[in-house]
Amino acid sequence: MLTLSQVTRTFGGLTALDAVSFAVAPGERVALLGHNGAGKSTLMKLVLGLIAADGGRISVGGHAPGSHAARALTAYLPENAAFHPALTGAETLRYYLRLRGEDPAKAGALLDRVGLGPAAQRRIGTYSKGMRQRVGLAQALIGHPRLLVLDEPTSGLDPVSRRDFYALLAELAADGAAILLSSHALTEVEARTDRIAILSGGRLMANDTLANLRRQAALPIRLQVSARPGAADEVAHRLQGGRRNGVLVDLSCRPDEKLDRLGAITALGPMVEDVEILPPSLEDLYTHYSRRPS
Amino acid sequence: MSRILASAAAEARIALRNRWVAIVVGLMAVFSLVLSAAGSAPTGVLGADRLSVTVASLTSLAVYLVPLVALLMSFDAVAGEVERGTLPLVLTYPVSRAELLMGKFVAHLAILSLAVAVGYGLAAAAALAVDPGALAGLPALFRLFWSSLLLGAAFLAAGYAVSALARRPGAAAGMAIGLWLGLIVLWDLGLLAAVVADDGGAFTTHVFPWLLLGNPADAFRLYNLAASEATAAAAGVGGAAAAIPPLQALASVLLWPLVALGLAVAAFRRVTP
Repeated sequence: MLTLSQVTRTFGGLTALDAVSFAVAPGERVALLGHNGAGKSTLMKLVLGLIAADGGRISVGGHAPGSHAARALTAYLPENAAFHPALTGAETLRYYLRLRGEDPAKAGALLDRVGLGPAAQRRIGTYSKGMRQRVGLAQALIGHPRLLVLDEPTSGLDPVSRRDFYALLAELAADGAAILLSSHALTEVEARTDRIAILSGGRLMANDTLANLRRQAALPIRLQVSARPGAADEVAHRLQGGRRNGVLVDLSCRPDEKLDRLGAITALGPMVEDVEILPPSLEDLYTHYSRRPS
Repeated sequence: MSRILASAAAEARIALRNRWVAIVVGLMAVFSLVLSAAGSAPTGVLGADRLSVTVASLTSLAVYLVPLVALLMSFDAVAGEVERGTLPLVLTYPVSRAELLMGKFVAHLAILSLAVAVGYGLAAAAALAVDPGALAGLPALFRLFWSSLLLGAAFLAAGYAVSALARRPGAAAGMAIGLWLGLIVLWDLGLLAAVVADDGGAFTTHVFPWLLLGNPADAFRLYNLAASEATAAAAGVGGAAAAIPPLQALASVLLWPLVALGLAVAAFRRVTP
């Protein structure tokens, strides 16, 4: 549905995107991760045709980004969705429905779908940030979008709304929509997206499923051994690990060494009280991919 | 077309909510009534009916007020959307920038028509109430009405262009006021000074008429004053420009809205959200 090949964009002398290539297939949910200034918003604006690329090719369902056909296929949820404060939620939705050539009477159902039914007749100026975000989500559901571009869609949403949002996303993906969403946090998109793309300094550092990313990164596993009082030095010496404090000994090993290490720990017998296994966290994984030189 | 109407409907509702409709209609009504009250003394001397005299006064009023009101409504059109952050989303919809601008234009022009109709209507009613012969001035009033809308259209579009060029509401407001001062006040003063200095030379005979025609407000005044003989006595600049045929003035009044809209669309296309 969406294909980017070797897409480059510079602002002045600054390279915001450097030869980025990836694709989003129909029914696929791809999370775009990166810290501030990594190029996420630039990439989305390019896909939407709001700005033009300096090099490379972008195709939205076979059309040029920003063309009438591409815009008819695409729905967008901007970061911090803004609407005219003097209009009510229902009026705003009716306006966007009419712009897409849809029946304005669908506004009520759309607002109900995002849980804004009771506030539909209130002016958007009185809405909270989370409510505005939901108006943004409702307008992104208009028609039958084949590509959804969502810029930090869950910022400002409480945990319950967040869960509802991802449930809605799953429905849309099951219906065959291609979804590209950006986020700051890997923890949030972990179980809710099919693939993860990590941008850093305008370059695509990773683009794979979470399981594959974990495997390729082969980040060390941490083992935390609690020694019996007084035995910590001895345990640290025997396992060649670092002592943390009076009783804790820190070890780290590659995933394939884990069982051997555990065996060595059990062999120490009564000197050891407990062992904690700490797999690499999502934050560790994200840091690994966003820092490495590609 | 349906997209233009959708945009116009939303824009009209916003103008209604923001009290712009009430402000604009009130402004036109008050000024028209004040003018017809103030202009009630010298009637009969010119041998013209009351309405024709009122039309002459309204023409002078419209030259100042219609462009001002049009600029007040339009200066925020693009810059306001940029400021509020509503522009990027709407530009991802399958609607062209020209269509968006036309939607705003239709809404604002409708509000302006309402305001001008109410203002002129009140003035006409006041003239008819005291002079039954005032019916003779109705064609002149009608001509003033539609040419006022053309003048308003030119300044609405100029306001959009200013709004798109400035990109910030504060800067757009400043530029709009500058445009109004420049075209409505300083232009005539400058021309007057130049004509006096020139003392009937080549500037007065060759350049001056074109400079008058080049300004939509002057062309509007020339057209209305020239077309209505009864009001010729009330003419200020009109006297100096008697050489300009009304048709040329009309052409300028007709062309300016189109030129200004073209400029506005071109400026809007250059705005990067």
